[in-house]
Amino acid sequence: MTVAALRVVEHNATYYRRTWRGSVVLTFLSPVLFLAAMGLGLGGMIDRAAPGVLSGVSYAAFLAPGLLAAQAMNTGTFESTYPIMSRILWRRTYHAVLATPLSVRDLLVGELAWISLRLLMMAAAFLAVMLLFGVVRSPLVVLAVPAAVLTGLAFAACVTAFTATQTNDSGFSSLFRFVITPLFLFSGTFFPIERLPELLRPVAYLTPLYHGVSLTRGLSLGTLDPTGAAIDAAVLAAYAVGGAIAARITLGRALVK
Amino acid sequence: MTSVPTGPIDPLIQARGLTKRFPAITAVDAIDFDVAPGESFGFLGPNGAGKTSTMRMIGCVSPITAGSLRVFGLDPTADGPRIRARLGVVPQSDTLDLELTVRENLVIYGRYFDLSRGEAGRRAGELLEFVQLAERSGDKVEPLSGGMRRRLTIARALINEPDLLLLDEPTTGLDPQARHLLWERLYRLKQRGVTLVLTTHYMDEAEQLCDRLVIMDKARIVAEGSPRELIERYATREVLELRFSEADREALGTGPGADPADRVASGDDRAAPGESRHDGRGDGRLDERFAGLAERVEALPDRILLYTADGEAAAVAVHERGLLPESVLVRRSSLEDVFLRLTGRTLVD
Amino acid sequence: MGSLLRIAPLPFVAAPRAGRLVERNILVYRRIWLVLVSGFFEPLFYLLGIGFGIGSLVGTVPGLEGQALSYAAFVAPAMMASSAMNGAIYDSTFNVFFKLNYDKVYDAVLATPLGPADVAVGEVAWALMRGSLYAVGFLSVMIALGLVSSPWAVLALPAAMLVGFTFAALGMAATSFMRTVQDFDLIFLVTLPLFLFSGTFYPLSAYPPELQLAVQLTPLYHGVDLIRGLTTGALGPGLLVDAAYLAALGLVGLAIVSRRLEKLLLK
Repeated sequence: MTVAALRVVEHNATYYRRTWRGSVVLTFLSPVLFLAAMGLGLGGMIDRAAPGVLSGVSYAAFLAPGLLAAQAMNTGTFESTYPIMSRILWRRTYHAVLATPLSVRDLLVGELAWISLRLLMMAAAFLAVMLLFGVVRSPLVVLAVPAAVLTGLAFAACVTAFTATQTNDSGFSSLFRFVITPLFLFSGTFFPIERLPELLRPVAYLTPLYHGVSLTRGLSLGTLDPTGAAIDAAVLAAYAVGGAIAARITLGRALVK
Repeated sequence: MTSVPTGPIDPLIQARGLTKRFPAITAVDAIDFDVAPGESFGFLGPNGAGKTSTMRMIGCVSPITAGSLRVFGLDPTADGPRIRARLGVVPQSDTLDLELTVRENLVIYGRYFDLSRGEAGRRAGELLEFVQLAERSGDKVEPLSGGMRRRLTIARALINEPDLLLLDEPTTGLDPQARHLLWERLYRLKQRGVTLVLTTHYMDEAEQLCDRLVIMDKARIVAEGSPRELIERYATREVLELRFSEADREALGTGPGADPADRVASGDDRAAPGESRHDGRGDGRLDERFAGLAERVEALPDRILLYTADGEAAAVAVHERGLLPESVLVRRSSLEDVFLRLTGRTLVD
Repeated sequence: MGSLLRIAPLPFVAAPRAGRLVERNILVYRRIWLVLVSGFFEPLFYLLGIGFGIGSLVGTVPGLEGQALSYAAFVAPAMMASSAMNGAIYDSTFNVFFKLNYDKVYDAVLATPLGPADVAVGEVAWALMRGSLYAVGFLSVMIALGLVSSPWAVLALPAAMLVGFTFAALGMAATSFMRTVQDFDLIFLVTLPLFLFSGTFYPLSAYPPELQLAVQLTPLYHGVDLIRGLTTGALGPGLLVDAAYLAALGLVGLAIVSRRLEKLLLK
């Protein structure tokens, strides 16, 4: 990361200091509530009804790392929709930034670095909650934090590329309803994808969230298989890099005319 | 303060002691005025004078604090919906519906007035022709220029064929071309007998559009009459504007550091009502330099105004005294001068 | 108008003119119908993911009358109730806030014979119409998937509308106190726990007794209980309590709204 990109992070941090209250609710409280309701309430029912159905771990222990990855997706996605669009179209902050020595590339790197920082904060806090709930099974779980950051970054890069192509925010509701919500529900967060209809399984396998969940879950439960983990990380990195390249192009088109 | 003939025609609007107080400020302080049917009536004043608050009370969207107000002989507190049914309102900032097209904005607005769909559609078509937006009828509002939006807002205000049109700063922020088009359309409405009530801080607008106007300052009415009357009463026929170099201004004592209370040198014996400032105790140097050249001298930060019947003659006299301004302009006096005279301030900063 | 509002029940005064505002909203959504349609998919995805996906782990749950119920049949009515809540909340909070403070839609409306009461009733009516569309769609899906076991399920439609009414009125009342967009985080802070803890995903009996009481005070719990009773055929006087509770909360919300709107709009 260049010094120039660091300025972008600084700008965002300044703004965040004034608006952090809301994002704490969204990025942190929501997975905790999901974990409490689904993990404990519903989990109790599942553990009684079908003990051992999840290879011997409790539903809460199964669900928690999944929620961590899913929340990384949500944070990465949200941070690269409205805030980015605002800086391109509404507040036009980027136009002001590009009038300085900073380039589009600095902007993009800076934004992604900032989002990574947010992801890191969220993941660390969520890990603390997991420990509190007693749903962690392996010390490797500390690596679930960088895994979550990578997952969030994969989404942030791709969604930034998408946001830069939009001329108003109406596309976002479709993005959330038709992409993010289905991913949240069907990528293995709440139940193993083996329980999906056979036709859908390969689709789930292609999504970044599936690999994020697989990685965080393996680390939290201590069931990590090195080859599988390498594949998961590689897929996520590919999404992140591919997304960033695309975003560099679309942002450039949106800003330099 | 009112000079409206109390004849057989009842006023369309009648205000007595009309007052609007907000927790922090008194926006309108016990004002009286009448507006007769068919008349074009203006509220002139700087920002914050109380014009918009007055308009909102007439429009029945702001409860009055004290005094009385009658619109069409009805009480806005009790009969808001009945009054609004006969009003057309052009608010200060456009409140067009950005989610609807140009034409839909008019049709839906017509529906709010209980027009049938057919009738609302027919009038929308006519009004779009009238404000020259017919070819944009299917477009969204967003891409329209400021002038177009303003015209659309006026068309919208006319959808219910109002007896009274309220226009709050109708041309603020528009370019000269758009303003003239708007004025021309408003003039045509006036010809048709629509009563216009408008606020403005543009002198030329008030002079163009108003039969009669009141000048408002600090929540009160400070003068009332036709534009011509006001100019005759409070100003001279012509104004000579002089601009001096920085050094000369210092020498004249009108530089940026000069005390504003001392910048008027008055040779004028016609008193303005409600003011005691123009008492001739002006800056000695100014008096001395311009004595006898004009009826009144007004020093603004950037120029000196000489109020006189003959500006050319005054300009010659200025030169004869050895004063060498950087620029000289002779113009007819305007409402701006009236306002300056009454309040000691310019209208638009 | 002010005095009239305090005497006559709001909906009866405002009904005819409020319809005009509904007309406006229909016109708007005719162009962005995809947004309207997409609202239907959210509860459907949840039904499939939670009801069937997690359901495959859970198996059956005891129904309200003790009969074994498939988990999907248990969750589906809860999804119907919470989507009625979410839709109404969205329409009555974000939408109204933006129209109130940014688009200034109501400022223009109030220059016409329409008053604040018409605005309040019109927006709530619109939220209800939109919600009932989703309810019809969702109930059809439930029937198609065999998740309905009683003809009383037909009454789940008005029940969903009632849930919508309650939350639209409460949501608008809350919106009238909001100053900045950031205040809306509070709405998430309320609706998310409601969604997760109102007996939506597991029966009330999973909670310790003290918590059960707290849950029973929330409006969504009653919405879920009402609709679940109707679609699973577990009828009883409790359902009338549910309905009365929802209606009462809704009317309280509406009373607050009409007062607050007058304050906000007629300055």
